Amino acid sequence: MGVARYVKNEKDEVLDVILQSGIHIKPVYTQRDLEEVGFDPEKDLALPGQYPYTRGIHPLGYRSREWTTRQYTGFGTPKETNERFKLMISHGQTGLNVAFDLPTQMGLDSDDPLAEGEVGRVGMAIDSLRDFEIAFEGIPLDRIGVGLTINAVASIMLAMFQATAEKYGFRKDRISATPQNDILKEMIGRGAWIFPVEPSVRLIGDTIEYAMKELPRANPVSVCGYHIRESGCSPDQEIAYAFQIANTYIEEVLRRGYGIDEFVRGFTFNLNVFGNLWEQVAKFRAARKLWAVNLKERYGAKDPRSLFLRGIFGGGGYGMTKAQPENNIIRGAYYALAAALGGAQTTALCSFDEAYTIPTPRAALLSLRTFQILMEEIGMRDTVDPLAGSYFIETLTKQMEEKILEEMKRVDEMGGMIKAVETGYVQREVARQAYEFEKGVQKGELIKVGVNKYTEGEEMEVELHEYRPESAEEQIARLREVKRERDGRKVAQTLKDLEGAARQKRNVMPYLLECCKAYATVGEMTKVFKEVYGEFKEPTIF
Amino acid sequence: MEKRIRILVAKPGLDGHDRGAKVVAQALRDAGMEVIYTGLHQTVDQIVSTAIQEDVDVIGLSIMSGAHLPICEKLMKKMKEKGIEDVLVVVGGVIPKKDIPALQRLGIEGIFPGGTPFEQSIRWIQEHVKARA
Repeated sequence: MGVARYVKNEKDEVLDVILQSGIHIKPVYTQRDLEEVGFDPEKDLALPGQYPYTRGIHPLGYRSREWTTRQYTGFGTPKETNERFKLMISHGQTGLNVAFDLPTQMGLDSDDPLAEGEVGRVGMAIDSLRDFEIAFEGIPLDRIGVGLTINAVASIMLAMFQATAEKYGFRKDRISATPQNDILKEMIGRGAWIFPVEPSVRLIGDTIEYAMKELPRANPVSVCGYHIRESGCSPDQEIAYAFQIANTYIEEVLRRGYGIDEFVRGFTFNLNVFGNLWEQVAKFRAARKLWAVNLKERYGAKDPRSLFLRGIFGGGGYGMTKAQPENNIIRGAYYALAAALGGAQTTALCSFDEAYTIPTPRAALLSLRTFQILMEEIGMRDTVDPLAGSYFIETLTKQMEEKILEEMKRVDEMGGMIKAVETGYVQREVARQAYEFEKGVQKGELIKVGVNKYTEGEEMEVELHEYRPESAEEQIARLREVKRERDGRKVAQTLKDLEGAARQKRNVMPYLLECCKAYATVGEMTKVFKEVYGEFKEPTIF
Repeated sequence: MEKRIRILVAKPGLDGHDRGAKVVAQALRDAGMEVIYTGLHQTVDQIVSTAIQEDVDVIGLSIMSGAHLPICEKLMKKMKEKGIEDVLVVVGGVIPKKDIPALQRLGIEGIFPGGTPFEQSIRWIQEHVKARA
């Protein structure tokens, strides 16, 4: 949920404020605090668009370009999702962020026994290229960037996306896809993993390498501090783990003999926004600087564009509560403010009903309006990085930097992120913090309005998105139809070629593209990978 | 000395959001129970067979995906088939109020949506395990 601990005396005066990252906030900040943390305006700040980019990667911030709004959307069948996409675009949304159902995320076809009850429930079901064609029918893919929220089988979905775009006549150098494609965070916090660590990271390397050559506008990886924070870690750890994960993927591609400046521009980040406002703003500013420093100093990047921390700052899921759900509308507005003050280039917001279910159209629209009000009524486009130079914010940004570097160092000392995940260190750390946090809320030490304070008042009912079991039947019927109509020999051949490529550790992307074009299913392609790679085993963490 | 309650904390189905399951597992352990955590992506069959092997008093399911009704129905059927209906079943996660009667009809009384105070679910489990003993 993300609130600070407040130490008070009996007169309700605040004696101390302790942020989740462990930083104490003082009652008053002055020039002396800046001196104490060693703040150097030239080195730490510079101008927006200048190294180290603390103030933003564009010289004119939102003046030159408003943020991209990309609500997480998708449910039921591809047709239902396509209708919702079009609705959101007609309301002024400028990008898409596709939600897939759990069977698709786990590489299972809709008719798999393990998929029962889950088809189309938390996102749209995808079995074959036919589903992608339906989902993106009539969407201007040369203009609308598409986030594909999928990880273990991201390589398959990127191939699907390219095959669909080409089928609809869009050139592959004009389309922009951002598959999430961050498997290490799934192993830490979200759980949609399939294959063991090593081949999973290799698959990510394949997508990055392929995108670099074939899909120049794609962002092949979106590293997610977001879900690690949702799982319990503090904001400083969120950035530290995200950067160490990114470093792991970078090293996978460097090992293949490419130069850092050739591919790192395709990296984006997905960061969370819930919590203490100041801590969030400081986090984004510190993260932008540290990413630039990391690229320059650790990897010797030279191209300024390689140093940009780009990504989506948004969501805020864990901050949303089931109690008094309409309060989430207000929370969302403040979270969006944190994202804007932190200089987000792309944003999204969990809808107020999301603690219950996937958003209704009304709730999704409210989130979009929240962004539009901020940008077009409240003044977020007026000037770049408006909090720069504040004694408090600059001190906090420096302190945040220190915290992030400390945790990054801890991971380095463990031998890097793969080790830290394989041994369960990060998972244990996240689970421990989640437990401490929950105890704090239950004891009333951490205040959550409507949950453990101001709980009285009328109970509010939310209108719920209803799951339609019929959409599963439709989906399975279409899968059968595709299997009947496709050229079975071609499918078998493309899958065999895919297996050969996987075994010989060649880049699998061109082979996946052929499989997709032959209407091989997600389940069939995943099965090939499972046979070659095996499956991930969770470390025991308690 | 009173026998320690053995509880299997299970994540059925494909959903991997395990923050809640892990938080509750730690709270149950701090309350003196023996907690066995299944890890992710468990089928109902796997959960039932682990429950038998580990000889647990309670199965606690954590479900966030919305698929609680079909999963619980399957579990209760399987438990009956394997003759372990005496094991107490509790469910936590994203459980809308309107689904509570349907879960109760399946024979599940311990329903703890996200945010339920630890104390409340722990006391409920302790009392009900005792009543069944």
